[in-house]
Amino acid sequence: MTDRLRSLTKKPTWRALIFWLLPAAFLGYFFYQPLLALFNLLISPDWGFRLAELDLNRLWQPLWFTTAQAALSTLLTLIIGLPGAWLFANYIFPGKKLLKILTTLPFILPTVVVAAGFNALLGPRGWLNLGLMALFNLESPPIQFLNTFGAILTAHVFYNTTIIIRVVSNAWSQQNIRLQQAAKVLGASPWQTFREVTLPLLKPSILAGTLLVFLFNFTSFGVILMLGGPQFATLEVEIYVQALHMLNLPLASILSILQLICTLAITLGHNKLAGHQKMTIVPRSQEIGTRKPKHTLERLATTLLVIILFSLLVAPLASLALRSVVKLEASRGERGEITRGFTLQFYRELGVNRLGDLFYVPPITAARNSLIFALITILITITLGILVAYALRQRSPINAVLDPLLMLPLGASAITLGLGFIIVFNRPPFSNFRFPILLPIAHSLVALPFIVRTLSPALQSIPDSLRNAARALGAPPLRVWREIDLPLLSPAIIVSIIFGLTISLGEFGASSFLTRPDYPTLPIAIFRYISQPGALNYGQALAMSTLLMIVCAGGIFIIEHFQATSKDWL
Amino acid sequence: MLLVLAVILASCAPKPSTTEPQTLTVMTHDSFAVSETLIREFEAEHNVRLAFVRSGDTGSALNQAILSKQNPLADVFYGLDNTFLTRALEEGLFEAYKSPLLDEIPDQFEIDPDHFALPVDYGDVCINYDKAYFDENNLAVPTSLKELTQLEYAGLLVMENPATSSPGLAFLMATIAEFGEENYLDYWRELADNGLVVVSDWETAYYTNFSGSTGQGPQPMVVSYGSSPAAEVIFAETELDEAPTASIIGPNTCFRQIEFVGILNGTQNRDLAEDFIDFMLSEAFQEDIPMQMFVFPVNENADLPQAFIDNVQIPTEPASLPSELIHANREDWIESWIETVLD
Amino acid sequence: MLKVSNIQKTYEGKPLLNGVSFTVSTDETICLLGSSGSGKSTLLRIIAGLEEAEGGQVFWKEKPLADLPAHQRRFGLMFQDYALFPHRNVAENIAFGLRMQDRPKAEIEQRVRAALETIDMLGFEDRKVTELSGGEQQRVALARAIAPEPRMLMLDEPLGALDRTLREQLSYELRSILRKTKVPAIYVTHDQEEAYAIADRLLLLHNGIILQSGKPHEIYRHPKNAWVAKFFGLGNLIQGKVVGHSPLTVETSMGMIQASCDGEQPGIGSQTTVLFRPTRACPQRENCTNQVTGEVLDQVFQGETYRVTLRINRDLPNFNVQLSEPVQIGQTLTVGYHPEDILCLENRDM
Repeated sequence: MTDRLRSLTKKPTWRALIFWLLPAAFLGYFFYQPLLALFNLLISPDWGFRLAELDLNRLWQPLWFTTAQAALSTLLTLIIGLPGAWLFANYIFPGKKLLKILTTLPFILPTVVVAAGFNALLGPRGWLNLGLMALFNLESPPIQFLNTFGAILTAHVFYNTTIIIRVVSNAWSQQNIRLQQAAKVLGASPWQTFREVTLPLLKPSILAGTLLVFLFNFTSFGVILMLGGPQFATLEVEIYVQALHMLNLPLASILSILQLICTLAITLGHNKLAGHQKMTIVPRSQEIGTRKPKHTLERLATTLLVIILFSLLVAPLASLALRSVVKLEASRGERGEITRGFTLQFYRELGVNRLGDLFYVPPITAARNSLIFALITILITITLGILVAYALRQRSPINAVLDPLLMLPLGASAITLGLGFIIVFNRPPFSNFRFPILLPIAHSLVALPFIVRTLSPALQSIPDSLRNAARALGAPPLRVWREIDLPLLSPAIIVSIIFGLTISLGEFGASSFLTRPDYPTLPIAIFRYISQPGALNYGQALAMSTLLMIVCAGGIFIIEHFQATSKDWL
Repeated sequence: MLLVLAVILASCAPKPSTTEPQTLTVMTHDSFAVSETLIREFEAEHNVRLAFVRSGDTGSALNQAILSKQNPLADVFYGLDNTFLTRALEEGLFEAYKSPLLDEIPDQFEIDPDHFALPVDYGDVCINYDKAYFDENNLAVPTSLKELTQLEYAGLLVMENPATSSPGLAFLMATIAEFGEENYLDYWRELADNGLVVVSDWETAYYTNFSGSTGQGPQPMVVSYGSSPAAEVIFAETELDEAPTASIIGPNTCFRQIEFVGILNGTQNRDLAEDFIDFMLSEAFQEDIPMQMFVFPVNENADLPQAFIDNVQIPTEPASLPSELIHANREDWIESWIETVLD
Repeated sequence: MLKVSNIQKTYEGKPLLNGVSFTVSTDETICLLGSSGSGKSTLLRIIAGLEEAEGGQVFWKEKPLADLPAHQRRFGLMFQDYALFPHRNVAENIAFGLRMQDRPKAEIEQRVRAALETIDMLGFEDRKVTELSGGEQQRVALARAIAPEPRMLMLDEPLGALDRTLREQLSYELRSILRKTKVPAIYVTHDQEEAYAIADRLLLLHNGIILQSGKPHEIYRHPKNAWVAKFFGLGNLIQGKVVGHSPLTVETSMGMIQASCDGEQPGIGSQTTVLFRPTRACPQRENCTNQVTGEVLDQVFQGETYRVTLRINRDLPNFNVQLSEPVQIGQTLTVGYHPEDILCLENRDM
């Protein structure tokens, strides 16, 4: 029996299946089951659904816009992100660590808050417009930002640049510098070296990053709604309108299915483009191969990039954080004496339950809950992600089928998934838990594609010779894994943990469905403040957002610090 | 990992106890709020533990109730408004209950004659204006919807998209009530030509575009709630004597939203559910409503807090439309509006 | 052709190259020898322009190269780990440098073919480089370095990773290729056998300087100091103190030894190291001034000769001699040495 088992585990497909077992069960149970159940329920004549009556224009119009804006946004993100990755992979400059953490923060922020941040910067009364009006003596604000297509693009770049920077610079900094040097001595100019060697070797990671960014833009919701304004509707916005405002659930389902099909097609297209390139990297310790910019041109380029990244990614955040500690004079007679200046009032008020509300959320509790959910999400996704990465390493045809199915949660609308969860898991054991375990599970579904896309290339790049060497030196299989795979995977695991943390901390859509009043998260608390009128509520929302950023930045800092100091044992 | 999960799950499962109170589950929307002390009193009095399931906005919560009606998530559903009322009744979500406290509620709120859905509170979607702007510019505050199309108000009003925002939809319905189904689109054409600004959601309209809020935006008029001026005072950065904003309360300028509560069909806790509804209609709860949710109690015996008396004008002739009409035409109205105003 | 002048470089704060100077002339293959960590590869990268020296200059035909970037130097460099491009096949790897020179397509094809022929790998054009064996990769790397006709070729431990037979075979092949192409070459290795096989001239890099340079037999016959003798494994090295001149007499723990030396005799009283070459031991000890006696510990048959290991006393390392006749293990053996076969060396760096 054991012999039979052993011979089975020698076949790649069987080995792949064994690795897939747990991840596939997880996805099947928590993703495909609720979605299929929901579609099965809604797309039926009982719900008044008639296929013949479906107006196809209601599908093509949003689909066309969704694709166009996603493509354009992704292109712009690459234009900013790739030089950013180049900067982080190759250079040492003051404030590098800080900038790297700061560029990750947009990713976690709820759109409501990002909209507020952009507004404080670029809105009709944002400081840029006020400055320009004062400077050129203008009557009306010269920059029309909100409710434009440009705002959608800017916000998408703002959100997603970090994906390109993280994924690509990670691969870039692990490239074997000898290859570039070999090209140089063979007569390739720096540009030729980049085009002929560096870029082709980066192709898998660039494609992986592009895929993730495109899918994120493709399913964009809050940005379109709040910054793009009412003229623009993506599939996801249409799903939201049809499901929650028109109560037309069948149409919402059809749109969801369309969105999922597109996600699948995009993923398959990506896999075809990426091919099965196996690349050996030379794992390097941090900062080796990076240097200070030397030539004038280099200095100019790096400084310019740092300035662009700062002004694009950090300035809206900073204006938000600043606004949470500054009172502004309201320039209105009725408002009494409001002095401009530093204040901690918004933060103090966070700790006060003024109205004795049952649902009042102390900020520490919200932060704690958010971190607990993030921790569970990280545990689930790292475990499953490593299993999937090993499954994908096997040369088996089933990977071509299962891998795209793994990416689909990125294309599932939070509303559809939330409703699916309600009808399927509204029964024991899940209905018995007071702890909303479904929440980190939903976060895990969204985070898993990221983590697999980070871990899998890293794993593929570990040469088998290292494992063989360890085996030959007498290490049993599990020990080989601990001594060779784990340490060499650790940079990718760190990036994965950061993805898990940020995705979980910032997720709002599914959270609003699945959370329980006993376990509010930071984004939920922020939303609660900003959905009520009053200067204090607004200030508290900004203060809570700032706390969210601090919690996240702290988390990332600790994780990266841990990486830097734990090399020896990890 | 599984071990950790198991431990977390185990620690979160309800712990059995000897004198375990029953649990009554109330499904509602995100905006639901109530004083903790009131809830604790109710729990003590009826030996019950109240569990609240707050699930997104009204539409989201209603969808969840509809999808789970075979296997209800809760015993009581609160937060249904008159625009969604007919849909909920058609779905047969509720069991009828004629609470004795209905006697204290004026007839105008009792829209459902069969008492499947009982009114709890009401609020008006009104245009708020920035008092200082109108003072400084010596501009008269408009008193009717029609006046908004006059040249002096060009570009001064911001509203929400009815397709994505409930106050936006309410405002659209106010115009339908005022001008009728035949003429409302003409009105919207004029309003759009007069520089109407449309955004997706209330947060953007109020905090970004409206000049009377902390955002200090460019438009001095915004479609918001009649109670917003009171909130500006209660949640001011520093104490204010008077609200910086006020509502326009001419005939049909405001649309009245009434919120309902109902016992979900199939509950195992019918008696407790009735107790809870009576509690919601009682004076104590009704008087708690304004400060917690910024809407008004339907119980005529409930007193309003001072901040409301000082800062909120309740329209005497609010606009309203029959719930069945809304249910039948919601999609058509919204789509026609989008074609007229946005395209 | 190439002149390297006073190159300085530090690594992690410690001096690595401490004023390295040498020249390479037309047609010449020089071998840069040194133990690992001596900075050989760094020196090559500095010459190639991939790294910058902290001091000193590199000249090509009397022109300083400092401002010429690596890709314009036209120096071929074959890396220790080959650095083949994993995303390109064998032919594309070899064609890379030619493409960078914008040669016509037909010419590139023809040259790639010729290069594959030289390394005896015709038919491998479309193979993935990641699927080649170590020896094949090495040959492709060599072909890639030679194909664009560099004006100088540098090879960094090119045979380091290969097994002995392959190494011997390839080192002869390499030599013939280098002779055929007639480009000056710098060959880096830590293996003296390989160096003898390839080099016209040897350079010994030690402690950041060129310790000795010359033709292989010159260095073999006249090692500059004890470190050189030890590095080349020239023979038995015994510590001693100079006690008399003419004849040069050294006091060691195996008694008084009469020795000779290249150049000036070391002063009386100075510490020295004496070198006994194993092959120079003469079995007719009666004719020799110096006699070495010890117990036979081991004997290895080496074809023409036997290598015999002796233990002289507890304080001295084992002593090797080459003899043409076998002896008995355990017996006491005495061999003789003529004074001219015992070299007295400077003690530095021992």
